[in-house]
Order: sequence, then C-alpha cells, then structure tokens
Amino acid sequence: MKTLAELEAIRERMRGKVAVREASDNTIRIVVGMATCGIAAGARPVLNAVAEEVSNQGLSENVTVTQTGCIGLCQYEPIVEVYQQGKEKVTYVKMDADKAKKVVEQHIKGGKVVAEYTITNYKK
Amino acid sequence: MKELSLNILDIAQNSVSAGAKNILISLEEDEKGLLTLTITDDGKGMDPEMVKTVTDPFCTTRTTRKVGMGIPLLKLASEQAGGSLSIVSVSKKTDPVNCGTTVKATFDTTSIDFTPLGDVVDTVVVLIQGHPEIDYLFLHSTPKGVVRLDTKELRDVLGEEISLGEFEILAWIRGSLEEQYQALKK
Repeated sequence: MKTLAELEAIRERMRGKVAVREASDNTIRIVVGMATCGIAAGARPVLNAVAEEVSNQGLSENVTVTQTGCIGLCQYEPIVEVYQQGKEKVTYVKMDADKAKKVVEQHIKGGKVVAEYTITNYKK
Repeated sequence: MKELSLNILDIAQNSVSAGAKNILISLEEDEKGLLTLTITDDGKGMDPEMVKTVTDPFCTTRTTRKVGMGIPLLKLASEQAGGSLSIVSVSKKTDPVNCGTTVKATFDTTSIDFTPLGDVVDTVVVLIQGHPEIDYLFLHSTPKGVVRLDTKELRDVLGEEISLGEFEILAWIRGSLEEQYQALKK
C-alpha cells in the first residue's frame, strides 16, 4: 500500500540529491509538446516514456523533462525537442514511446542524435 | 481524442495557462451510468463574450487561440454520448478574488458513442509532472467507492525543497492511484 509514511521515506532519501542537482550547470532540457494537437496525436505516452527512461538511465541529475504548448507544427506531433547549451536544438517528430526511449538512450545518454527521427530527416 | 482522459488533460492545460493555483478534477459516476466531469480552477477566468465563443471552433480568433479545439472536442464527446457541456467563468477583471472557470460535461456511459475514460491515472501524473507547483485535487467517485488524490497532503509531507515533479514522487502518485482503482474492482 502506498502510504504517506512511504512518501516520507522517499523524501529522506532524496534530500541530498536535490541539492546536488541545483548546483549543476550542464543540464539538458527535453521538451514535449502537450497542446491539443500533441495530446490527440499521442504525446502523453511519449512524455511518460521520456520521464521514465531518464530516471531508469540515471540521468535525472542533468536532465529536465518539461511540457510546452503548440509550436505550430501540429502535423508532426508528437514532437520532442532537445535543448543543450552550446548545441543546436534537435527536433524529433512523429514520436512514440519506443522512439522516445531510443532518443533518451542514444542521444541524451550517448550523445549521438537519432537522425532518422529528426524533422530534418522527415522534410527531405 | 481516443480517450476521455485525454480531453481531461487538454482542458486542464487551459487552467494551467489561465494561471490557476488550484485545479479540481472531479469525475462522478452514478448507478444509472451518468458520468459528470467537472474541472474547476482559480485562474484568471474569461469574460462572458469569450465563454460564448470558446465552444465554437470557428469563432476562435487569435486572442482566443489558446483555447482552440480543446473545448469543442470535449463538447462533441459529451453531446455524442447524450450529455451536455457547460462553462461558468468569472474573469479576474470582474472579481480578482473569486475568479476562475468551471467546465462541466456530462456523459451517458451506456451510450454506444461514449468515449472510454481511458487512463486517467496517466493524465493526473502528466499534469503534476508538467506543473508541480499547482495544487490538484482529483476525485473519482463511483457507486463502488472513491479514488482521491490531494497534492496539498503530499506537499505537507514533502516540504518545500522536494518538488512533486520528481520522478520518484510521480511514481508514488501513480502507484497510489492505481492501488485505489484496483481496490474498486474487488
């Protein structure tokens, strides 16, 4: 049973970690489009897959996962954008949960852009 | 939308855009299969003219664009399942203290055109992940019992420094809601 006592235990475990994260400057930001267009196209499972995989791969300290509204590319939703300091933004389009996991593993963890899912590849 | 829970996610995002600090999402099912969905927020609200236009997708202009297709899609889902949609809103200009919006939609769940509720737990988790600073009260009452989540209670335990958006906290929230739904099935 998920009790509040269990939540308290999680709090104690996390206290130190949160402080470490704030000190870090080298963060990667993953943004998932969650407007009507994104949601209708299947963004909810994509967002969950990204968040889960970031945690599973142990990347939480340097990676934030956020949501945004419509960016005007509704026909390409679900869209995932990756922002990293000093690097060009990467836009992944027509995503699903499996593709999202691959992006976290290969791009966010491995540093190698998954070219086949990017918008540049789609528009060719 | 394939699931009603996706409409809920979409409409609640309007509350987020309206600057809400508290969002109530309530689902009430009665013995006859009538489902009432209510989403209430304390955001900046809308003036009466805007309330009139938000249900019509073709009336959407640039200034109302943030509402877009969300409300019309919920209205469609409701009306095709023998229900109706209503919006009550008090704009911040009229009443800065008691402003906010309530969207209410009803559904006959026995209708063949009722959109299945789908994964409402996922919707709640995604909302909290997106805006962990907002307080959410989620209530789903059925003839068999109630599923409930109040983020204020969680915040009391976690204190200031740990965000509800942390993955481990979200996993706890998901687990808690899933357990409550499991208990209803028994």
